[in-house]
Amino acid sequence: MIVKENQVQSVVALSASMEVAVRGENRMGEEANARKEIEAREEILSGSEIIVRALMAEGVDTLFGYPGGAVIPIFDALYDHKERMRHILVRHEQGAVHAAQGYARVSGKVGVALVTSGPGATNAITGIADAMMDSTPLVVISGQVTSNLLGSDAFQEADVIGVTQPITKWAHQVRRVEEIAWAISKAFYIASSGRPGPVVIDIAKDAQVNSCTYSYERTTFLRSYQPVPEPEEDRIKQAAELINRAKKPLALVGQGVTLGNAEHELQAFLEKGGIPFASTTLGLSAMPSGHPLNRGMLGMHGNVAPNIKSNECDVLIAIGMRFDDRVTGNLDTYAKQAKVIHFDIDLSEMDKNVMTTVKVVGDAKQTLPLVTDYLEERTHPEWLAEFEPLHEKEYDRVIRSELYPEGGAIKMGEVVNKVSEATRGKAICVTDVGQHQMMSARYFKFTRHRSLVTSGGLGTMGFGLPAGIGAKYGAPDRTVCIFVGDGGLQMTMHEFGTIMEHAVDVKIILLNNSYLGMVRQWQELFFEERYSSTRMKNPDFVKVADAYGIKGRKVTRREELDGAIREMLGHDGAYLLEVVVETKGMVYPMVPAGESITNILLGNSQ
Amino acid sequence: MSKTLYTITVFSENRVGVLNQITTIFTRRQLNIETLSVSPSTIEGIHKFTITTFADDEVVMKKLVRLIDKRVDILKAYYNTDEDLVHQELALYKLSTEKVLEHGSIEYLVRKYNVRILEISKDCVVFLKAGHFAETQALFEELANTIGVLQFVRSGRIAITKSKVERLSDMLAKREEQKRALEQEKVME
Ligand SMILES: Cc1ncc(C[n+]2csc(CCOP(=O)(O)OP(=O)(O)O)c2C)c(N)n1
Ligand SMILES: [Mg+2]
Repeated sequence: MIVKENQVQSVVALSASMEVAVRGENRMGEEANARKEIEAREEILSGSEIIVRALMAEGVDTLFGYPGGAVIPIFDALYDHKERMRHILVRHEQGAVHAAQGYARVSGKVGVALVTSGPGATNAITGIADAMMDSTPLVVISGQVTSNLLGSDAFQEADVIGVTQPITKWAHQVRRVEEIAWAISKAFYIASSGRPGPVVIDIAKDAQVNSCTYSYERTTFLRSYQPVPEPEEDRIKQAAELINRAKKPLALVGQGVTLGNAEHELQAFLEKGGIPFASTTLGLSAMPSGHPLNRGMLGMHGNVAPNIKSNECDVLIAIGMRFDDRVTGNLDTYAKQAKVIHFDIDLSEMDKNVMTTVKVVGDAKQTLPLVTDYLEERTHPEWLAEFEPLHEKEYDRVIRSELYPEGGAIKMGEVVNKVSEATRGKAICVTDVGQHQMMSARYFKFTRHRSLVTSGGLGTMGFGLPAGIGAKYGAPDRTVCIFVGDGGLQMTMHEFGTIMEHAVDVKIILLNNSYLGMVRQWQELFFEERYSSTRMKNPDFVKVADAYGIKGRKVTRREELDGAIREMLGHDGAYLLEVVVETKGMVYPMVPAGESITNILLGNSQ
Repeated sequence: MSKTLYTITVFSENRVGVLNQITTIFTRRQLNIETLSVSPSTIEGIHKFTITTFADDEVVMKKLVRLIDKRVDILKAYYNTDEDLVHQELALYKLSTEKVLEHGSIEYLVRKYNVRILEISKDCVVFLKAGHFAETQALFEELANTIGVLQFVRSGRIAITKSKVERLSDMLAKREEQKRALEQEKVME
């Protein structure tokens, strides 16, 4: 007990001395001001000012964050640059990182989040891990305790580098002001080049407060890091030869195409070779949904035809995808008949899950056109026709009743389809995680690139709302529709506060089934309908939105749906459309986890 | 399945926390590190890690090395089996002087194992032996069974490939070239 009291005292003493320091800085006499002016001319700046200048040098104009003791100096510096650097104050640091992710995913730029030491940084972890799994370029700046206190269990100290190193592309601690510009420059280069990913820069408070001469140079080279492997001519030729000889080629399109801005190169490649393709969930908006060669989505809840055909094609062409287990099902039975060509920028993805015949390592924007040059123009009409009966089967057994039900409760797919049609496939679709996510991926139609923002690799509930906020900042001219479940919304619902404060115009479509639906689906199928802890008693969501000044409407009857969607899209500002959907809906088709990709459940509905 | 001993060589920038980055990759792959030795390399600012581990096959090693290589601070990582390497470990043995004298002559031990004697004091005698694991182990067992060993320590493996050049120098030369080309491009713009 005594020990505890002592600790409390020392914490109080510490924060008290912190305040004195801050006040001391602010109380500057005229003399000091004059000196400051001279220093500015010589570009001797405080670490915090250097941070802000460096961010501006990297073209950052928006950041998402939350203040605290270890970053007050940075927030103080931001105060002077409000016109050029917008800070979006979120309600929880997880939201800051997800917002930065949403921003990065739709804009192609690096997303930036700013959080304080200790709990601020640990709250950011989920977002950082999510960005790592989905290769999202992020720079997360965390404050850290003063460098002489490092390792002493100081107030709000956490070993941020130790914790984040395995879930980042690079994590670096800055202890001296002289290192700041260098570290930020490196951070942006690493986050955005090659296979993108999150970088954490942990900056000790004294480095923020001390001063040094400022100059900034953007990093373009690090000897230990080669982001883009050079294309190998013989591999390019081998790939083209295989494709030219193929009778039944199938291309698998992943997010790597989007990350490499290679959508047009991909389209030219596919069209010249007449190659049917299907996308991973994250790869979906790289090609238009309505493209004549598009055969849909791959994987556990993907379309029947491309999953079956993965095991019948003769040449499988994977482009910027990583053969995730949700895409392949059981690897022992996956695509054994096919010769596999793998295009990827990351050598460590080659032969990781599926053994390849030809590895084309490099930037798809470079490698695809090189291969396209060697391609013979083809069509493959018979092969394309083979997909049709499978698609018809899926349509009859699953899609028709999901999109156009004849009575009964409203269905998720029905809502997604209506929103997609009402926005003419031009909106950005952001999702949370669960049944509604898979329904959105299945039934939202895309006509524009970078239009689906969803947590793929980590499957993070709570991602949708803050990511949608970030997406709106990344693409202010586009309509942002956030599909979210009743469970996931409540994981980050406090971000309604961010929407309120910054008047963020996002359309939130809550597909409320009063269940943790995706888990309930597994319980129904594999746990004898023992619904353990998946039924949820929910609040009045429209009232909650109302408390934040967000317009809302709850729809329970099908007749109201079209009107409500119209009202939502016509409304100037954020809108919550709660749609009460069937409680026990199922996402079909489904390949049970670990089973062969051709072992597809279609459910009982006719 | 019997496992093979692989030696992994890693060159990295000399930066805090690199060892941690490397070991997490072993941990995630469920690979146990047998020995580890770290030292500055001949090139300033570059550190060399020599790590040994048992693994089922080369496929495991290939994946491991690619994951290590992918880390930003790592310059180069590769793996070898014993045939490709000249390798060595060091062992120190501390014996009680009294027991050594009781035992009588140690000349035969010194000759048989090529032992060097580093220290003789009133209390202890310290032997040094360089060699492969089996060799340092054999001496340990013989000493333990005859004189008794007070303390024993063995270093991690150090190794050199039998091929002509260190692969790192090739890589660095190529990177230098790429850097120059990049700078050229910048000037042109
Ligand atoms: C942070 C987190 N916790 C738990 C899960 C496991 N999980 C996956 S989907 C799901 C249910 C989601 O329910 P809801 O948000 O209502 O969406 P629905 O499936 O009903 O559409 C759960 C609990 C997860 N993905 N993320
Ligand atoms: Mg639900």
